[in-house]
Amino acid sequence: MGIYDTRRRRGKFNIGLCYVSVVIGLSWLAIILGTLFYEGFRGLSPAVFTQMTPPPGSADGGLLNAIIGSLIMTGLGVAIGTPLGMLAGTYMAEYGRHTKLTLVVRFINDILLSAPSIVVGLFIYEVMVVRMGHFSALAGGVSLAVIVIPVVVRTTEDMLLLVPDPLREAASALGLPRSIVIGKVAYRAARAGLITGILLAIARISGETAPLLFTALNNQFFSTNLNAPMSSLPAVIFQFALSPYKEWQQLAWTGALIITLSVLALSIGARVLQTQRHAK
Amino acid sequence: MAIDNAARDSAETRLAKALFGFKLRDNAFHLLTLAAAWTVLLLLGGVIVSLVAGSMPAIKAFGFNFLTSEAWNPVTEKFGAMAPIYGTVVTSLIAMIIAVPIGLGIAVFLTELCPYVLRRPIGIAIELLAGIPSIIYGIWGLFVLAPFVQEHIQPGLIAFFADVPVLSMLFAGPPYGIGMLTAGVILAIMVLPIMSSISRDVFETVPAVLKESAFGIGCTTWEVVRFIVIPYTKVGIIGGVMLGLGRALGETMAVTFVIGNAHKITASLLAPGTTISATIANEFTEAVGDLYTSALIELGLILFVITFFILAISRYMLMRMHQQEGR
Repeated sequence: MGIYDTRRRRGKFNIGLCYVSVVIGLSWLAIILGTLFYEGFRGLSPAVFTQMTPPPGSADGGLLNAIIGSLIMTGLGVAIGTPLGMLAGTYMAEYGRHTKLTLVVRFINDILLSAPSIVVGLFIYEVMVVRMGHFSALAGGVSLAVIVIPVVVRTTEDMLLLVPDPLREAASALGLPRSIVIGKVAYRAARAGLITGILLAIARISGETAPLLFTALNNQFFSTNLNAPMSSLPAVIFQFALSPYKEWQQLAWTGALIITLSVLALSIGARVLQTQRHAK
Repeated sequence: MAIDNAARDSAETRLAKALFGFKLRDNAFHLLTLAAAWTVLLLLGGVIVSLVAGSMPAIKAFGFNFLTSEAWNPVTEKFGAMAPIYGTVVTSLIAMIIAVPIGLGIAVFLTELCPYVLRRPIGIAIELLAGIPSIIYGIWGLFVLAPFVQEHIQPGLIAFFADVPVLSMLFAGPPYGIGMLTAGVILAIMVLPIMSSISRDVFETVPAVLKESAFGIGCTTWEVVRFIVIPYTKVGIIGGVMLGLGRALGETMAVTFVIGNAHKITASLLAPGTTISATIANEFTEAVGDLYTSALIELGLILFVITFFILAISRYMLMRMHQQEGR
């Protein structure tokens, strides 16, 4: 009787700890989102979207140049990274499904996927900033593209592998060349998944700060010049949050809220797309 | 007759042309995808080559001493990586000590205990933690977590461990709020979702028959987890832990906010310190002189080499786990 009771009690205790860890995990999420919404919404006003970042000590000001800069560089990163990533993923799933190259690329790609993003920043600094002689939005965009590529490669390969082979065989039997089979049949069948991958990649880079710090630097003023330093939301948050000015810190919170809301919207959108595909 | 022939000829040449066009497009597309696949490899090669090239001046100036020296003096241009490496390792260890048990607990809950209806929502909620950008963790850590730790946790720790021989050194000094411990806690929150989602994935590979037979001989739920699920998925769990560790080692922005950026090795976990990535983020744009910049790039190289090996081992283990599943 004694042994049975101890076993049962120990089991209950340890299982109880599992419940506790779930509560801890969920409350962390609640606390972080809670403070973010509370602090962020306090500073949310039309001025945030219509005015430039303020000089130190100034009471008013917004984040317009930072928001535009973030949009431009994110767009640039996606525009460069997505086609490259999709083509590489296509090779791995369609042409070289069983080749050694695919194995190696998959392995390397998985490592790039979780490699520290600050290293990517140093890489682009060495390759572009030093060569060109100055910081630029272009270098920022390219460094974001390097982060986009592994995400898109991974999802493209996974999603294309889910497309049933008979679909490809049927198209080939009609005499279609391989490239058209891939473009018109495989891509179309995997479309929701491919878009999911791109959304996830955008979500991933929209909060990236480290690689932008020494590629795009920052800019107090409005600029759409790709060849000059450009402001971005994460860089502004970094600068303003660590500053001693209350107004700057408030803007940092508001910027943080804007980024988080867009990232959450993107990842929820990606999830909805994915479930639709599964439901079909 | 002649006209017919001409018509047939032109039809044939048209067909041949079309087929030739198809073939050309086909080959071009194939080559394009192949080139893109190689680009991924070149990217990694480019990162290594550029980091090595960039750190050459520092490697020449300091040699092996760079790894063992604690000095960090931009004025006299004496640089050593010991303090950032120490900080990186210690903060990551704190993060793993906190995150591994909680992550495994969540995974056990999601696979064994949770009602079906709640599995997806809770899983998604935990994964949302992973989606929050690291700069958000940084600002939250600076304005919310650090003051809280300073006021409510650190004084208690200092008082509680004051008379315990070894631990009193770990928890000594004034409560700053920012420092190694706070950075470790933030990292723990950040790697938790990876830990729990990978553990959940590998837990799901355990064949139901194994668990059923254990229940059949009268095991409690905990005993099934402890003696069936965990041993069966050992390799996968270690892979997941290493993957989390790789993330924690390279994490930049969140740590930069709360670590304090002090190039010192202190026994106390409450003291400010620095990590490799925080040093680079804080000092790179202010670095004047080639040697300073180069020393920072060499730090990046060290970080990349460490994370590369840890991530490679973890991916290898997870790959083996999936092969086992396919068997």
